[in-house]
Amino acid sequence: MRNINLDELISNALSGDRASIGRLLTYIERSPETASQILSKILVQNVHGHVIGVTGIPGSGKSTLISRLISHYKNMGMRVAVVAIDPTSPLSRGALLGDRIRMQEHATDPRVFIRSVPTRGVKGGLSFSGVAMIEVFDRLGFDKIIVESIGVGQTDIDIMNLAHTILVVTAPGMGDEIQALKAGIMEIGDIYVLNKSDKPEANRTFAYLNFALETGELGGEKVSWRPKLVKTSAVLGQGIDELANLVEEHLSYIRESGLFNRKIMIRRRYMVKLLAEKIFIERLEEVSSSEEIGGKDIYSEAIKLIKKASQGVNTN
Amino acid sequence: MGGATDLLELLKKTRDRRIKVLIAKLGLDGHDRGAKVVARALKDAGLEVIYTGIRQTPEQVVETAIQEDVDVIGVSILSGAHIPLMTRLMNLLKKKGLGDTPVFLGGTIPLPDIPKLKEMGIRNIFLPGTPLKEIIKETIEAALERNRD
Repeated sequence: MRNINLDELISNALSGDRASIGRLLTYIERSPETASQILSKILVQNVHGHVIGVTGIPGSGKSTLISRLISHYKNMGMRVAVVAIDPTSPLSRGALLGDRIRMQEHATDPRVFIRSVPTRGVKGGLSFSGVAMIEVFDRLGFDKIIVESIGVGQTDIDIMNLAHTILVVTAPGMGDEIQALKAGIMEIGDIYVLNKSDKPEANRTFAYLNFALETGELGGEKVSWRPKLVKTSAVLGQGIDELANLVEEHLSYIRESGLFNRKIMIRRRYMVKLLAEKIFIERLEEVSSSEEIGGKDIYSEAIKLIKKASQGVNTN
Repeated sequence: MGGATDLLELLKKTRDRRIKVLIAKLGLDGHDRGAKVVARALKDAGLEVIYTGIRQTPEQVVETAIQEDVDVIGVSILSGAHIPLMTRLMNLLKKKGLGDTPVFLGGTIPLPDIPKLKEMGIRNIFLPGTPLKEIIKETIEAALERNRD
């Protein structure tokens, strides 16, 4: 990380050089200090990126659906960035990132930039670097920034903290799963997408979801925006325009209500909190392995560890 | 067993320096078992592996390498079209300023073609039966040697 010319890299990235964007993202992943420097060097005026979070049960077709949305936005002349999150193995610390397989038709399009992000042991899957990447894409002028989460149950609600619009994707024949998820990700959607609606059981699942939405079982406590439900078949390309229209409807709603900017503030605050967590946990690991811990008064010992860990944090 | 110790030392180095590898299936060829086995083995060795899926063009592979900013590219070809496909890929990498990216090739490659492939700048060719350990070791070595930072 020595001798890197950040200013040059940033100015190339701003003029659209893709290799420079790719490099910038790597520096963000490698070091929080560099990430912080990068963010402080890119002006925040004129940011307008609409961050769309896509979550939902594994296998519901999130990646394929995103690929269709990319086509839709491309046709409207927009620039689209995708942050595709996939899990890191807790055992080997390696990762196999395959979300982009379904999006490879867009790989060579100069208006599209897709980056895979491993979770690297962060609960809920959203690491500091993931959020910092969204922030950079926004500052580089991308119109739509789509975040694909790993889609595992209730821990996935972190996406609430960084997306303007949340799509919860599900598929027919997952009725029991929907029940199970109700208290978690099934509450956070602004738009619910029943994908794979070309399947025979689709109507029944649609009726169930519709009922759940109308009775307020889905969508939690959102009052001013009633969550919407739409049927799609990403593979057949059906329902994509309807979905995109609903996304725009939600965008107008958050713009008019002032939520758009408030959500950017929430995202930035969340990014700083994630960074603080990362720094602190790393320090805590260090001190807790070197400290003699007896277990007589575990509460005081825990407080002692917290104090010790905070003391060691480099504050420059 | 010097080999095993070497590999262990290398694996330790990947703890401080994450290594990103692109595994790509190039050309009209749906035989992806080999690519998947290698991708899986590299993941289990602690590397971050991006898999493109089947039937990729050289342009797609190079663009993916740029967007993901990978350290190493591994290509799998079992169609017999390795000479024209790899020629295009290697030229394109140079053209896009990625000429220093180590590239490995795996698959059913006839022995007489190997010198020609190496001349193009391909770092090594892994034939069927290559032990996974060897692939892991050479991949990590190539990534660490490149040392772009």
